[in-house]
Amino acid sequence: MSLRAKTAMYGLLCVLAIPFIFPTWWMVTSSVKPVSDIFAFPPSIIPSAISFDAYRDVFTLQPFAQQYWNSMYIAIVVTIGTLCVASMAGYAFARIKFPGANALFLVILTGLLIPSEVTIVPLFQMFNSWGLIDTHWPLIWVPIFGAPSVLATFIMRQFFLALPNELEEAARMDGLGRFAMFRQIALPLARPALGAVAIFTFLHSWNLYLEPIVFLSSSEKFTLPQALTQFVDAYGGPMWNIQLSAASLTAIPVLVVFVIAQRQFIEGLAHTGLKG
Amino acid sequence: MNQRFWTGRRRDNLAGYLFIAPQLAGSILFVFVPLALVVWYSLHEWNVLAGTFEFTGGANYEQLASDPRLPGVLAATGLFSAGLVVLNLTLALLLAVLLNQKLRGTIFFRTVFFSPVVVSLVAWTIVWGFLLQDNGGINGVLSWLGIAGPNWLRGEGTAMISVIVVQVVKNVGLNMILFLAALQGVPANLYEAARMDGASRWRQFRSITVPMISPTILLTSIITVVGSLQVFAQIAVLTQGGPGTSTTVLVYYLYQQAFQFHHFGYGATLSVLLFAIVLTLTVVQWQMRKRWVFHES
Repeated sequence: MSLRAKTAMYGLLCVLAIPFIFPTWWMVTSSVKPVSDIFAFPPSIIPSAISFDAYRDVFTLQPFAQQYWNSMYIAIVVTIGTLCVASMAGYAFARIKFPGANALFLVILTGLLIPSEVTIVPLFQMFNSWGLIDTHWPLIWVPIFGAPSVLATFIMRQFFLALPNELEEAARMDGLGRFAMFRQIALPLARPALGAVAIFTFLHSWNLYLEPIVFLSSSEKFTLPQALTQFVDAYGGPMWNIQLSAASLTAIPVLVVFVIAQRQFIEGLAHTGLKG
Repeated sequence: MNQRFWTGRRRDNLAGYLFIAPQLAGSILFVFVPLALVVWYSLHEWNVLAGTFEFTGGANYEQLASDPRLPGVLAATGLFSAGLVVLNLTLALLLAVLLNQKLRGTIFFRTVFFSPVVVSLVAWTIVWGFLLQDNGGINGVLSWLGIAGPNWLRGEGTAMISVIVVQVVKNVGLNMILFLAALQGVPANLYEAARMDGASRWRQFRSITVPMISPTILLTSIITVVGSLQVFAQIAVLTQGGPGTSTTVLVYYLYQQAFQFHHFGYGATLSVLLFAIVLTLTVVQWQMRKRWVFHES
């Protein structure tokens, strides 16, 4: 490639990168600006003074630590639950020949076309009749068994389909039962697929917004996305510096984990199942 | 007797059913039963506040047909989905092609373009809402360049453009890496042969790259279309469906009707409409596969 073409390429990449980097930079720097400065004109790319007042307010205005924990533990439970449900179902659909397997797989796959936005009204009614409104159960059960886990089952099935038969033949000779084969042979090999499923399941739960605002009503039950939008003044206008501080606290830890493990993250997602 | 009944095959069948049982039972309880209920509810007049639940047959569907806001809602939904899908797929493909060149530092740029995917959706949206304020960062930067920027979220056209761009930048990294993986799977000798025949770069892209990665294009377009119809948080945080109803997409309207105005019956009817749209678009795309997807792996 010529030097000119290379320069042009880098120039284009840098310009395209601005909308991907600038918002995060702006979020973090604005969150530590004194309130009077956040709409200063001309805007200051680097804050002139640093103030952590807004970070203190994040924790005094709402039970933010509790809300952080809520989001975190719900996402972890959903991720573990989905991994169990989807790896077992994916394994069975890929490796066990039982009557009706194909038909049942197609039936389950249609769940992909029925996102919880479509079923939110009856879901609300169901959980209401079970007395589970304003609890975390709807946010745990629906993703583990609903449309998101169907995608996970699909990815796991694609992965298990590619495993060589010889492994299981050998295991059968050794007298291993199905569950032992699944746990001792198939599952350890499926690490990349499990990793990819874990990442997108965690992010899906972490991002949920419609479900928490429908199902939860008391602030100590809120999840992060819902809590972020609650930092408003008496007129309902956003308290920007506090919202940005809370947003930074929400976004930065996940970003740090991502940057450290970006290779596993991206390549895991790219090379697993979704291609088939 | 017991020994003979539990042959290897029977045991295997049982294992199969047991393995899929949690997923199957869960799908029935949390996906298929609610879908049936949504249709059932749509045939009822149901006001939660008043506590009324009456069978009214097609009354909700008549209301749907004559709802003066519905054409605007469908237009906003269509505009959002079309804009999002076109911009997302084009940008994803462009980024993937750029990152597929033999350049130093592509890992860095790949990380950058993917990073918004891992940022909490509402946090991301709040930051953009802040940037898009009349006196916010974007207009601040524009004024340096001597341009007076519009009040992005308060103008009908600019509000729609804003929500589309915010969403594209958030999620384009996902399609980008799927395209990148597909591009890396195209055999290099195809390009060599084309170069020998004197094909230009653009011609190579059109005649080799696009057909070879068409299964991925199909997959990403289905995922992106279905995803675009589920957009909610961005609208709720950035525009609340406004100005007017210019960014009131179907899910947001459904939410308003069911959970703000407590019209569960009409909300269910809108859900049925949403499902019909998702189903139709997916089936249409799947049918088109036969026309233009080059091969299936």
